[in-house]
Amino acid sequence: MIFSFDLLINAVVSGILIGGFYAAVTSGVSLSFGILDIVNIAHPAFIILGSYLAYVANATLGVDPILASIVMMPLFFVLGSGIYQVYYVSFEKRGQESLRGLAFFFGLLFITEVTLVLYFGVDYRYVEARYIGPSWHFAMLDIPLRILVPCLVSLVMTAGLQIFLTRSFLGRAIMAVAQDQLALRLMAVDPIKIKRIAFGISIATASLAGAFLIIIQPVEPSVGREYIGRIFAICVLGGMGSLPGTVIAAMLLGIVESLTSTFYGPSWAPAVSFGFLLLTLAVRPAGLLGR
Amino acid sequence: MRTPVFLLIWLGISALVFAISIEINNDYIFFAGYVVLQYVALGTAWNILGGYCGYVNFGSAAFFALGAYSTVAIYKLITEYDFYRMPIPMLMLIGGIVSGIVGFGMGYLTLRLRGAFFAIATLALAVVLQTLVVNWDYVGGSRGAYIIRPEQIEPIGNYIRYLFLIMMLLAVAAIAIARMIEHSRLGYGFASIRDDELAAEASGVPTLRLKLIATTISGALMGMAGAPFPYYIGYLQPSSTFGLDYAVNSIAMPLIGGTTSWVGPLIGALLLGSLQQIATVTISSAVNLLIVGFLLVIFVIIAPNGIVGLIHTYFQRKPENFVGRRRIEAEMPGRVP
Repeated sequence: MIFSFDLLINAVVSGILIGGFYAAVTSGVSLSFGILDIVNIAHPAFIILGSYLAYVANATLGVDPILASIVMMPLFFVLGSGIYQVYYVSFEKRGQESLRGLAFFFGLLFITEVTLVLYFGVDYRYVEARYIGPSWHFAMLDIPLRILVPCLVSLVMTAGLQIFLTRSFLGRAIMAVAQDQLALRLMAVDPIKIKRIAFGISIATASLAGAFLIIIQPVEPSVGREYIGRIFAICVLGGMGSLPGTVIAAMLLGIVESLTSTFYGPSWAPAVSFGFLLLTLAVRPAGLLGR
Repeated sequence: MRTPVFLLIWLGISALVFAISIEINNDYIFFAGYVVLQYVALGTAWNILGGYCGYVNFGSAAFFALGAYSTVAIYKLITEYDFYRMPIPMLMLIGGIVSGIVGFGMGYLTLRLRGAFFAIATLALAVVLQTLVVNWDYVGGSRGAYIIRPEQIEPIGNYIRYLFLIMMLLAVAAIAIARMIEHSRLGYGFASIRDDELAAEASGVPTLRLKLIATTISGALMGMAGAPFPYYIGYLQPSSTFGLDYAVNSIAMPLIGGTTSWVGPLIGALLLGSLQQIATVTISSAVNLLIVGFLLVIFVIIAPNGIVGLIHTYFQRKPENFVGRRRIEAEMPGRVP
């Protein structure tokens, strides 16, 4: 039997759950690419870095991976601010961000990946936690906790980020820097400082997303590459920098991917995101909730 | 210098290199040289789009692999039906056409938008093509495909020498094409897109058409560089053919050498390619990729115009960039194709 209702419902639900996780993975890029206009293609590498740090904390100290990644967030924030400073001084200031800035991030992606390979090898790593393993059963539904927990924490994080961006002074300044840097300067706010903070936050989300990733699936250094297409597909489909749009797009992609892997086999799933990306670019480049 | 003269000089140099390599009589030279020459072709191809137009292509590996896999598909067809055995130049032509078409399609879908979308789409293209190849059993799927390389070929002798010669000719052709573009109306159009696309569009440069020409030429050359690869390697596997090292190398080489002229990718590829060959033998292949990554980041930060730019500043000359821009303004105000 190829088609069954049970299978369909389960695929849709797990797609929505995975979509919640994709939202966490993408929210950082929505911030950097969507709002700040920095094409940070190294973002997946930072997510993998987050996964490995969570793994190290979990394997040596037995700490919960999500807790460990929250503790690690300030570290990622500092790392992100530092990277933005280098990026600003060497590329944005000279007006060379399009070609060399992209190459810079590509180099970072490559360095991070190869360093992780050299240090940890190419074996798959995984973490241990109480919620990995058991799952909840409702009627015909089957919800593994290892996906439910990251999904919920991720939605909380995305909602928090959205509230921060729309309600707080700093968040509004970040939204403003995307629109008019000069106006911001006239309000006596340093746009570079705001951008540095925003990029730091964007990288900090990678720490948490990395923990989610290693909870959901075993991780090896090149896993991040599969996420590049996904992240940018979601970011573009959601409408570049709109966090609610990102969540909707993430769940949509999650559902389509999950249906594809249920009915056609998991080896086809990576192609879905690319189809999404091309379709969006061809039909509606502004995305679902684009400005 | 006119293009035929330029081409003749380079053919002369190639003949000399080939003669010396034969004189040394060590097949390792051919194996290592093939890889370096392949990078010369890939770097030059990347630079036609990346350096001249300023559009970054992260999918070099995808275009390269397309060429390689079209060869595998044809090889399978031939062995299955005992068809006419195509010579490698013909396979390269087919690989080039396939990659050129894909390059055109990618460009058409993404180049109408901001440049970053093209870069991201090329990155995703590599993943998707890999998915397709992994799922395509006819060309070996994830198990990989074996190609049996003939031992000898008539006038030249050992087959690797033949492959080396072909790759050298492709590298020379790529350099000649790059130089020809640089000094043509097409090249000035490309440079105007790189310097200020909005201004170019406003003064009547058909930017989309030019960008599509650049992606097609660049993709086709990468496909041609990939087509003989199955014969070189003997066993083709998706994860290594689509590997990130082709992408990072074909970006790093032009950026380290200098992107504004044909010399840059050549210098970058010869330097970095040889360095990698030495590092792979003496240290390890993972470390040599790390070296490339660090060199790329250091060069884009410290020497934005690459080695060529460093030489220019050393001799107290203005970087090529400004010369090019002034040349456009002086020679053909608003008349670029």
